[in-house]
Amino acid sequence: MTSGELIWTDDPPFPENAQRAVEDSQLRRNLRKATATIRERRAGLVAETPDWQELRRAGAAIKDETLHHLDAYLERFERNATQQGAHIHWARDADEATGIVTQLVHRTGQTEVIKVKSMVTQEIGLVNALERAGITAHETDFAELIVQLAHDRPSHIVVPAIHKNRAEIRRIFLDHLPDAPKDLTDDPHALAEAARLYLRKLFLTTKTAVSGANFAIAETGGLLVAESEGNGRMCLTLPETLISVVGIEKLIPTFRDLEVFLQLLPRSATGERMNPYNSIWTGVSENDGPQSVHIILLDNGRTKALADNTGRQALRCIRCAACLNVCPVYERTGGHAYGATYPGPIGAILTPLMAGVEHAPELPFASSLCGACYEVCPVEIDIPTVLVKLRHDAVQAKKHKAQDATFAAAASAMGGRRRWSAALKTARLMRFVRHAAPPPLSNWTATRDLPDPPPEPFRDWWSKRRSP
Amino acid sequence: MMQAMRVALFATCLVDALFPDAGKATVQLLERLGQTVEFPLEQTCCGQMHANSGYFEPKLVRRYVDTFGEYDAIVVPSGSCAGAIRHQHAMIAKNAHDDPLSARAQATADKTFELSQFLIDVLHTDDVGAYFPHRVTYHPTCHSVRMLNVGDRPLRLLGNVRGIELVDLPQQDECCGFGGTFSIKNPDVSAAMLADKMEAVMQTGAEVLCAGDRSCLMHIGGGLERIRAGVKTLHLAEILASTEEAPA
Repeated sequence: MTSGELIWTDDPPFPENAQRAVEDSQLRRNLRKATATIRERRAGLVAETPDWQELRRAGAAIKDETLHHLDAYLERFERNATQQGAHIHWARDADEATGIVTQLVHRTGQTEVIKVKSMVTQEIGLVNALERAGITAHETDFAELIVQLAHDRPSHIVVPAIHKNRAEIRRIFLDHLPDAPKDLTDDPHALAEAARLYLRKLFLTTKTAVSGANFAIAETGGLLVAESEGNGRMCLTLPETLISVVGIEKLIPTFRDLEVFLQLLPRSATGERMNPYNSIWTGVSENDGPQSVHIILLDNGRTKALADNTGRQALRCIRCAACLNVCPVYERTGGHAYGATYPGPIGAILTPLMAGVEHAPELPFASSLCGACYEVCPVEIDIPTVLVKLRHDAVQAKKHKAQDATFAAAASAMGGRRRWSAALKTARLMRFVRHAAPPPLSNWTATRDLPDPPPEPFRDWWSKRRSP
Repeated sequence: MMQAMRVALFATCLVDALFPDAGKATVQLLERLGQTVEFPLEQTCCGQMHANSGYFEPKLVRRYVDTFGEYDAIVVPSGSCAGAIRHQHAMIAKNAHDDPLSARAQATADKTFELSQFLIDVLHTDDVGAYFPHRVTYHPTCHSVRMLNVGDRPLRLLGNVRGIELVDLPQQDECCGFGGTFSIKNPDVSAAMLADKMEAVMQTGAEVLCAGDRSCLMHIGGGLERIRAGVKTLHLAEILASTEEAPA
């Protein structure tokens, strides 16, 4: 089973979180602006890529092939990475993974590590686990640094501080960034420079780094990290020890497959033709880069998702977050409302698939099923179909007496011509509650009127017309 | 020449119960175009509301297949219900381990058409001879666009309506926030989405908001009515059925 911070168990359910988020005018403005910017950039780049749909199909096919034979590809990766001097560790869940990382860091004798931005380390709650073991982990991605300094949580897969604007970031730096200049302005260049000066010292003095990986190449045993700021490149090359936590779904069969994904990922994630930094390392290179390389291959619910016929396609995800940026729900709630490491449409399926829907029963319902996510997904994950399947699982897993009875009654009324005709006669009653209905319809009439019911249903008009 | 098709109308439960005008308009339009339309009274609901709320009802799939399986074509004045029939019925039957029903459901789904698809793909007409001298904006509903790929069919049909003044709806691709029971389960997010959709509608200065789904129109219309926006909602069929003699 899963552990760690896949689900933020102390959080209220989505509808409650969402209500608070929707009322936060600053958050709404930040999200509107930021998601619109990335959305437009992505749309422009997709429009100039004539074979985009073929690329999507290829991306999905490569991932499906890998997932179908995951056992074989994992072992091939292990063999090749080991041959290149990397040490492979296997972790069933977050506790095992954080335990292995802690032990490896202890073995170096260090008490500080630098971190590359990585969703999987968020998922397993690595920074907190290391802190409990007396090890300080420094986030080096600009946005992750902001979030860490503010004792906050990431709210987006690619842009973790999307919920903060530059005035808020200036405040956080002034309050929490060591040696932040007193006259710091909210000019983006000034903010970046302050972070750069602080981070540079860390890069040059810290001897151990922790990363995730965007892709694990079975054919070579290599790992790839794609990033924008160069902080990743620093972490991956300067330290003596490099520990990478990699979800088992990150596998791709061959180096050549990157041709597809390195076109799909940057366009979908940040709206760029290419990531500014693509770092690939394959085990240990003599006298070049980290001489002690460890890779932890993590399950933490992935095999559970893999066992779900409909849901396993979610494991194709390359964490581009294009689905978040187009989602009308995410745009209005932000990521924290989902109460989980992976927010947005992909999080609404991935979280229950990995943890079990009984542990996140509200998430599959956090969508209007508009399908915008599926349309942009670079690996064609049919998120709406998986959401519906998980809704089915959710109502099976947990009985809601009133709701179950309502739907059973409706199905029964729809079960025959006479019963349906009789039920239609009650529609007239709606006119009494059009502006203020009792619960749960009060959730509708709080902001919307119900329709003025017609004098007769369609079928009565039809029958009269047929035999006047 | 093609043999006369047996065409059935699946009105949808919502139109049957609450919006009969959309059903009447569909019948009048199809008859004007020379079709004989039948409305089998055994029909009730496609089961989408149930399925999207987590309750799979193979009985409703069976009812749909039993009621419509014999027809050559089934016309649905709803992108959302047509989408559910095409994309969910076979799956629901399969989920209930009823493979024969699943096969029949797929066969019936294959001859089920959303209204604009039926007019353009089956009847091969994009000018239905309608007259509607009003300023109109069109909302492409999510399921009609993303599940059914109706594309620009509704706009082609509307574009050929005489007298109409069609205005583009800003951010038209964005969901109105209805989502069936989503509007009840997540009322705050739904209302926030609706607010933006209403603002877009108001920006157009249109007197009529048109769509191919009465469900989305019930949602946007319910919001517009609440704020006394003075914008009417009409189903695509109602505008296409409108003539000088029988205006909508």
